[in-house]
Amino acid sequence: MTPKTTGRLKLRTSALRAYTMLLALIVIWLFFQWATIDPNHPYGLFLGAINFSKLLQQTAVTGVLAVGMLMVIVCGNIDLSVGAVVGLAGGIAAMTQGRGIVATLGAAILVGLVIGAIQGSLVAYLNIPSFIVTLGGLQAWRGIILKLTKGATIPVELPVFRSLGRDFIDPRIGYGLAAAVIAAVIWSNLRRSRARRRHGLQALSGGAMIARIVVPSIVVVAFIFLMNQAGGVPIPVIFLLAVALAGAFLTSNTTFGRYLYAIGGNPDAARLSGINLKRYVLAAFCLMGALAGLASLLHTARVGSASPDAGTLMELDAIASCVIGGTSLMGGRGTVFGTVLGALILASLDNGMSLLNVENWAQYVVKGGVLVAAVGFDMFGRRKG
Amino acid sequence: MNTHLLEMKHITKSFPGVRALDGVTFDLHPGEIHALVGENGAGKSTLIKILAGVYPYPEYDGEILLEGTVRRFASVRDSEQAGIAVIYQELSLVKDLSVAENIWLGREPRRFGVINWEELYSRAQKTLDELHLSIDPRTPVRNLGIGQQQLVEIAKALSQNARILVLDEPTAALTESEVETLFTILEGLRARGVAMIYISHKLDEVFRLSHRLTVLRDGRAVDTNATAELDEPGVIARMVGREVSQIFPEATHECGDIVFEARDVTVEDPSVPGKLLVDRVNCRARKGEVLGVAGLMGSGRSELLMAIFGAHPGRKSAQVLIDGRLVQISSPADAIQHGIGFVTEDRKRYGLILDQTILKNMTLACLRRLSGKFVTDEDAENAAAQDSVNDLRIKAPSVFTIAGTLSGGNQQKVVLAKWLLTNPRVLFLDEPTRGIDVGAKQEIYAQINRLAARGLAIILVSSELPEVLGLSDRVMVLHEGRVTGEFTRSEATPEAVMSCATGHVRQAA
Repeated sequence: MTPKTTGRLKLRTSALRAYTMLLALIVIWLFFQWATIDPNHPYGLFLGAINFSKLLQQTAVTGVLAVGMLMVIVCGNIDLSVGAVVGLAGGIAAMTQGRGIVATLGAAILVGLVIGAIQGSLVAYLNIPSFIVTLGGLQAWRGIILKLTKGATIPVELPVFRSLGRDFIDPRIGYGLAAAVIAAVIWSNLRRSRARRRHGLQALSGGAMIARIVVPSIVVVAFIFLMNQAGGVPIPVIFLLAVALAGAFLTSNTTFGRYLYAIGGNPDAARLSGINLKRYVLAAFCLMGALAGLASLLHTARVGSASPDAGTLMELDAIASCVIGGTSLMGGRGTVFGTVLGALILASLDNGMSLLNVENWAQYVVKGGVLVAAVGFDMFGRRKG
Repeated sequence: MNTHLLEMKHITKSFPGVRALDGVTFDLHPGEIHALVGENGAGKSTLIKILAGVYPYPEYDGEILLEGTVRRFASVRDSEQAGIAVIYQELSLVKDLSVAENIWLGREPRRFGVINWEELYSRAQKTLDELHLSIDPRTPVRNLGIGQQQLVEIAKALSQNARILVLDEPTAALTESEVETLFTILEGLRARGVAMIYISHKLDEVFRLSHRLTVLRDGRAVDTNATAELDEPGVIARMVGREVSQIFPEATHECGDIVFEARDVTVEDPSVPGKLLVDRVNCRARKGEVLGVAGLMGSGRSELLMAIFGAHPGRKSAQVLIDGRLVQISSPADAIQHGIGFVTEDRKRYGLILDQTILKNMTLACLRRLSGKFVTDEDAENAAAQDSVNDLRIKAPSVFTIAGTLSGGNQQKVVLAKWLLTNPRVLFLDEPTRGIDVGAKQEIYAQINRLAARGLAIILVSSELPEVLGLSDRVMVLHEGRVTGEFTRSEATPEAVMSCATGHVRQAA
């Protein structure tokens, strides 16, 4: 009796919201697919392997940033500086190319991490509002880029660096990865059911168990198959998936994640429950910084050069992804799944409207409208529910 | 003239899965104070929200008649215009605006959109005068105490020509003298013909003030009687549906060795440097003992516990001994580590994350113990939460129910469960039954006795004297941050404790 009610209640709240998002994404995709039908593409162009691959590559940078942003927002803060950090870390990475690929990659991540640590410390230990700290950061880091690069654009010269943003993994490795993921899904499900029995909880039925294994497996294989039609999974997409998976695990299966939600949901209660608020807020900012460093590598490699204004306004895309994905700017609420979905919706609008040659001004208006509409729906749904 | 000012007939209101009100009929005569009592979740708030237009017309079944004509309020505004004013427990004043601005908010006297300030202040002054309130209408509301803010709310209601005033737990946050002022004003209003619906958990107030009394239970009106014909046990029996012969279960605790001791606890006011909220207080508790801490508001009770727990924001000093060994507690994490649990006051503010599940709230303080250091073990949490729900008899559809949707009593039990899951040896309870209904209170009392019997040392802070006296083996009384008396269970009479709480130091025998 009880598990049944549980399932229903769960569906009503968070899951329902996720399904609405997924539905919105599918509607957007189908629309663009329909709108891109022409004599050369009788079934439409948008969801074809090549364009779809491009779409995912476009999502990668925003998606990686958005996962970091989610952690910062969930614990009740905001980071407006990520665009500037992408610019600065990318610039420093490009300047470090002479020292080899490891130094280049390390430099970008380290720059992000250090900036995250500085901003996080100011927020957590000096109690300066994150909005202010990172608004200051947005300007200061951009200034430092100009100082370091003297305003010049630095081309990417290391082939390995370049391939990070532009190459694909071998189709065979793609299938190998798919097999590994399926094995992991099976393993975790078996372990889970054994643990449930150990704690005296009702085990999942055989049918449910098979569905929990088969559905993800089909999705994974179909995805790799589609990507292989276009030359393999793009490397940035591999990074996005890895970050999303790690982020999902971190937010829902670790004490760190739980504490972030607690801190954002009710800081007083979190503090009195023995949680060291400062430490976790700092950690969230460090993570955001490191992910901004990673995003800067993907972005610089994809563009092929580090320009002083790289990353401008990326913070807003990252925040918008979180919000479209159902994250509350008040903190305490939001998921990685929703956030990545949000990033995908934004990239789909970008990509689709470009395919349709929608004028620039109209693209901005549509994206702005979607952001407000998504939150509007959320509020409406919440009031009714 | 119709004898009924207001009639609510066969009101039924359902929420998904719950029928909150089931055919409730309620009426109000002009110039009467009609008390509405019932346990939390009995449907009092729902009934009031229907009257106030918060749940507008087609969302409920039944009829509302005002002076004999059917009214269907589509909004709060409709209800206000019909002369109904509700003063909610959570006050709804704008803290940074002045008293006058608050009273006339949204209805400021104006000409071509420009506010006529002279008129505004003089009208506000007139309203305040009518209530015999000596509050300057230009004072920002922030600078007023809770009691005075409440009176401003009443002034606001009067300025709207309210004929029906609904008061929801108006005295919950008031001091005794503020309660007196409030009652005088309510009497005055009644004499002027304002009818009132008075909702309160405090039965003595209800008996003092009301003419008639309606008891709600599980969404139904049990009955309505003239208050004079009722007595307290009778009303309680109607509320809980059974006779409450003894609210405090008789229990003698086996006291063992001293588990907990705090020496020279001194706490400074974080906003007023140099002002001591707690001044060199010593206290100790034995295994299986309940130490009650009594004292008036501002006596430093909560601050004492907060400081020992490592959670006081300002300067403080204390020596804490667990099992006779000095321990260093500089954060709540340290305190939990050393086996102290703290059921804090004000569960919504300090205790719960309202939009998270029961499960996540319960396991927040013991996550590291249940899981590994980093990866959480969902099934271990699930099992622990399930056990707590059963143990404490928490009424909820499942452990995945959102904490904010529970009734006050069940929320309080969730907070208690959270701390019991940390396996404490010493448990601090700060106002553990504030704002919860009689039935839930009794269950909490029974729990406290059970925990003491299991060998916990318990320190209980409460503003309800009967609670402290009924549960404690020893009572310590604080007045302005100092200990003014200590009593054993047999010595602790209400009169003696009250005398110490008001500042008379008890001479050591």
